[in-house]
Amino acid sequence: MKLIYRDQVWELRPGMTVRDAIRKVGLDPEEVLAVRNGQLINEETLTGTDDEIKLIAVISGGGQ
Amino acid sequence: MKCSICGQPAILNLRHHMLRLCAPHFMEWFPEQVARSIKRYRMFGPQDRILVAVSGGKDSLALWDALLRLGYQADGMYINLGIKERSCHSQTSDGLSQPGDYSGKSLERVRAFAAQRPGARYQVVDVAAEYGLNVPDLARRNHRSAKMCSLCGLVKRHIMNRAAYQGGYAAIATGHNLDDEVATLLQNALHWETGYLARQAPVLPSTHPRLVRKVKPLARMYERDSAAYALVQGIDYIYDECPYAEGAKSIFFKKLFNQIENLSTGTKSQFYLQFLKARQQGRIAFPQLEAGEEDDAPRSLLRDCDKCGQPTSSADLCAFCRLWEET
Repeated sequence: MKLIYRDQVWELRPGMTVRDAIRKVGLDPEEVLAVRNGQLINEETLTGTDDEIKLIAVISGGGQ
Repeated sequence: MKCSICGQPAILNLRHHMLRLCAPHFMEWFPEQVARSIKRYRMFGPQDRILVAVSGGKDSLALWDALLRLGYQADGMYINLGIKERSCHSQTSDGLSQPGDYSGKSLERVRAFAAQRPGARYQVVDVAAEYGLNVPDLARRNHRSAKMCSLCGLVKRHIMNRAAYQGGYAAIATGHNLDDEVATLLQNALHWETGYLARQAPVLPSTHPRLVRKVKPLARMYERDSAAYALVQGIDYIYDECPYAEGAKSIFFKKLFNQIENLSTGTKSQFYLQFLKARQQGRIAFPQLEAGEEDDAPRSLLRDCDKCGQPTSSADLCAFCRLWEET
């Protein structure tokens, strides 16, 4: 499965939870939301072989 | 993980509320929470006209959306500060990288948002067109580039207040969320900024007929929930933070709070709400408002700015006019 965050892409083994996948690549699960096929998914969701999961940063530091 | 209400698959685990929600129930829950805050802090009434400060980011657009869904007369106000991307790219929520200017893309998001919602009205103030310089150039001329965020805040507060007063709005609503509030609170506590600690609140009351009341209807909402609402609602928002916010202290403190929250769920909420409660009950007290803060200085300290007429605690010009005079 693929995990995508900004310009970075990671190939990870399927079968772990989204939370574990986020931690595995060194990110904080509190700071990202996971989207699969355009739908928000919770962090306990198990990842599948063909999944492409995009992580959206939660923190912003000031409006334009 | 199943929705606590209907048992369908949950999209979000709101641990701090001990609640897991599916998309439809989350979309009901979020505006309900906003409505609850508006009522609890007596922010404004159902007949009041509200001016929403919109930046093109998730929080302000989520707030505007929720207010419209709740039936409030909420108009948007976008201030084009003229901010360009410093390096390579900016992402929108669709994940596409585009070269270009940050403010322009933010404005596009505001326009697109309003276009999709019949009855959503907004106004735009272009700082460069109106005053002759955009904010980054203004900062450079004043040798205040290192303090862009405070200068930017000054410009936005002045223009927002003027527009809200002239437009007859009952309140200015901003998208500050709980994470913004706790980051600010901790920074102020670390430096014992008693003046700021005295007035940090979901509502900043008006202290002068020409100073419009300011409200933060998302002050109790976790930033994560605000982002989730924007995503599920399909709001196309500016994904990256302001280029000048890179390395900002507020981001450091937000990350710190997230680490604490991982260890102890609900800490953010407790820190903020218990602070408000302790201050309200007089268990902690700070000196009253001081001169120099034009937003909320006591009425007795305010006079009219010689140039723009907006209330100021300074002897001649308000901070905003002084800034342009010095440029």
